[in-house]
Amino acid sequence: MREVALDDIEALAVGAWILGTGGGGSPYLGLLNMRRLYAEGRRVSLISPLDLVDEDWVAVVSNMGAPLVGQERLADSRNVARAVEIQQGLLGAEFRAVMSLEIGGGNGIQPLMAAAHLGVPVVDADTMGRAYPEAQMTSVAVGDLRPYPCVLYDPRGIEAVVTKAPSWKWMERVSRKICVELGSIASTCKAPRTGREVKDWGIHFTVTKAIGIGRRVREAQRRHEDPIAAILDEGRGKLLFRGKVVDVARRTTEGFLRGRTLIEGLDEDRGSGLEIAFQNEWVVAWRDRTPIAMSPDLICVLDTVSGEAFGTETIGYGRRVSVAVLPAPAVFLTAKGLEHVGPRAFGYDLDFRSVFDELA
Amino acid sequence: MRRIGIDVGGTNTDAVVLDDGLVVHAIKTPTTPDVTTGILTALAGLADHPEAAGRTIDGVVIGTTHFVNAVVQRRNLTRVAAVRIGLPASASLPPFCDWPEDLAGLVCGEVFMLEGGHEYDGRPIVPFDEIGMRRAARRIRESGIRSVAVAAIFSPLDPSCEERAREILSEVCPDAAVTLSHDLGRIGLLERENAALLNAALIDLARATVAGFAAAIVASGITAPLYLTQNDGTVMQAGVATALPVMSFASGATNSMRGAAFLSGIADAMVIDVGGTTTDVGQLRRGFPREANSVVEVGGVRTLFRMPDLLSIGLGGGSIVEHDPPTVGPNSVGYRLTEDALVFGGDTLTATDIAVAAGITQIGNAEAVANLPSDLVRAALDAVHAKIEDAVDRMKTDARDLPLIAVGGGAFLVPERLAGISQVIRVPHGGCANAVGAAIAQVSGETDQVYRDLSRVEAIAAAEAQARERAVGAGADRTSLQTVDVEDIPLAYLPGNALRVRVRVAGDMISPQRHEGHGDP
Repeated sequence: MREVALDDIEALAVGAWILGTGGGGSPYLGLLNMRRLYAEGRRVSLISPLDLVDEDWVAVVSNMGAPLVGQERLADSRNVARAVEIQQGLLGAEFRAVMSLEIGGGNGIQPLMAAAHLGVPVVDADTMGRAYPEAQMTSVAVGDLRPYPCVLYDPRGIEAVVTKAPSWKWMERVSRKICVELGSIASTCKAPRTGREVKDWGIHFTVTKAIGIGRRVREAQRRHEDPIAAILDEGRGKLLFRGKVVDVARRTTEGFLRGRTLIEGLDEDRGSGLEIAFQNEWVVAWRDRTPIAMSPDLICVLDTVSGEAFGTETIGYGRRVSVAVLPAPAVFLTAKGLEHVGPRAFGYDLDFRSVFDELA
Repeated sequence: MRRIGIDVGGTNTDAVVLDDGLVVHAIKTPTTPDVTTGILTALAGLADHPEAAGRTIDGVVIGTTHFVNAVVQRRNLTRVAAVRIGLPASASLPPFCDWPEDLAGLVCGEVFMLEGGHEYDGRPIVPFDEIGMRRAARRIRESGIRSVAVAAIFSPLDPSCEERAREILSEVCPDAAVTLSHDLGRIGLLERENAALLNAALIDLARATVAGFAAAIVASGITAPLYLTQNDGTVMQAGVATALPVMSFASGATNSMRGAAFLSGIADAMVIDVGGTTTDVGQLRRGFPREANSVVEVGGVRTLFRMPDLLSIGLGGGSIVEHDPPTVGPNSVGYRLTEDALVFGGDTLTATDIAVAAGITQIGNAEAVANLPSDLVRAALDAVHAKIEDAVDRMKTDARDLPLIAVGGGAFLVPERLAGISQVIRVPHGGCANAVGAAIAQVSGETDQVYRDLSRVEAIAAAEAQARERAVGAGADRTSLQTVDVEDIPLAYLPGNALRVRVRVAGDMISPQRHEGHGDP
């Protein structure tokens, strides 16, 4: 177990936004909470998933809802801590640690916010290795682990529990309805996991990975070096494309942000076009109409100059971007994993082919 | 229509007279510490010119960097009481939570957090705590603080909590100036609240400065209404500017780009403004600068101001040239150019000396640079051109070739041919493009709202209608209104096909004789 320094959290905010692959909301508000909590003297530790005992209980947290609402109602560390306490009451046992549902975006910082209040460590793992839009798009759903109970908390004193649901998809539908009623934002604590489950089905060391990527970006920015090269090196990724955004088409369907962005090539990619489809997160990329990258590989659209990520909700016309692909967690590369998060799970009739297979 | 445009910069005060779309006369004078004297000198210089004298002036428009400089330099700031309406949401991140400590120390007086605010769909989060607001107002009155910033959650969608807060404040402490966040910003509570706090901190300086502007105008015998330019290249009446100084933060750069569009007659182009120390590059679309779409920091504070998307590089007429290897800038002799440069008898080799040696401009004494090695001149010019070419290419977002309008005192450094540029355009009075931009500034109106259960076309039409009404309310001529920006974003997770639409329209200022409210200030 090791203490997390504030500088690690600053780096985590940058790295988690990159691993968010366009979704998950900006980690900035979570970072502000952590700066204040650290200024008050609170500290958070990180525990390796391998150091959990099989019988330990781990709380899985996330902030659910629309990032736009988060920009107004902000993020409050006490809300996620309260959601964990409610779940603990239902469980009738103490949580050994808290863990993120998704490392990508603002939720990469949520478990630290809870841990700072509850005095328990954060597990160096999550269940996505990135950000995904729906509850069944997790490693624990691929593992068919129990999807309930799920706690939703609102600071007006509203505490909701979905005590039982027959599948992760039902859990997604029902909890989403509650979330919308609360103003499209809720602090949630998902079904508790045992230490054994986290060891078997968690995606390990993703907090360290996000901190590492963020640290390299910040170093490159300070030294005026190429932050994209640093991300590719740290994340063992591949540069897919460099260019300028020339079109973004967005539409809302079934409560999600779907659309396409078109990037016109620059430098070595001049004369080519890259089109990326998204459902909250970047899902499939076509180079001149040939699919060349797709979920579960992580498609990251980055500011060519700063190396920081662009979200699908905020990316705009004229931005100069570098598109990087980082390798997917192994759990999503199995036949079962691809059923949950492969291109067909997003409605694209494509056989998954990894960018990294071509390299082999 | 005859209008005077003035740009009060950190170094120079530029002024122009514009008569029915033609620049009659332009003048450059040093900016003075009291601002007023510099403006008086400039106006006297204009009045002396035979073609400028003896005709009625219909309006004076001033652009200034005064307010942003006060924040950056931490000078002349007013202590502020902050009122946040939104509890129990947002509680852990109070007002000033992301400000630099030194600035917060100067500005933060009292902080009040009250229950209230709205959801994205217009429902109240909880009822507004009016009793708490009254208690806060009494406390403000007792503390002696006379400037208050109010920010409520989702106030751009429903401003009623902020408006009620102002009513209570005006009853309890009637002499306090009140800034409401929804008058200043878009969705994004912290950034909008920061804008309101900065505005409240500048309120005394704004009153004094605008009064100084007005006094200078009156002292020079002009009776026309006074306007200030905003960050987006449009104007507000001086009375409004007194209440909303943050709206004119970045107006200098915007004016320069708008002036370039006007002087060249080209609405879609790249613009490069080469000064003494820095060069700004931006892109004009329909005559307006393309705006930055991300968070803009002012003096270390995150805001969402409408700012032009500019790239500034350390290159200008005063840039120092190193020999081995040949480099130009970012160090500059700055305002000492007329003393330090070789052509002015100094001993520092500058970009201006290189341009004189290469025969592309005639400034000072050309003899002084006659013996510079030609390979050094060539290499230094190549370095200048490479920097300019790279900056222009980085800011250009059109695949097709575009014209490049070169303005500013150092515009001679811009080469005739650049990759991706169809033509380099140089204009008369380009050195005073910023004052020209002030003189031609338009009036705008903007909306930014979430619409539900409307088609995309209907939602945009509704937003456009509201923006047009706001522009007319601000003094625009309805017949000249044009939509300059439309942005729509469907909102993830929200039901009912929620669509966030932002529309901005702009039009010419209505002539004073037709506009009843021209008595400002």
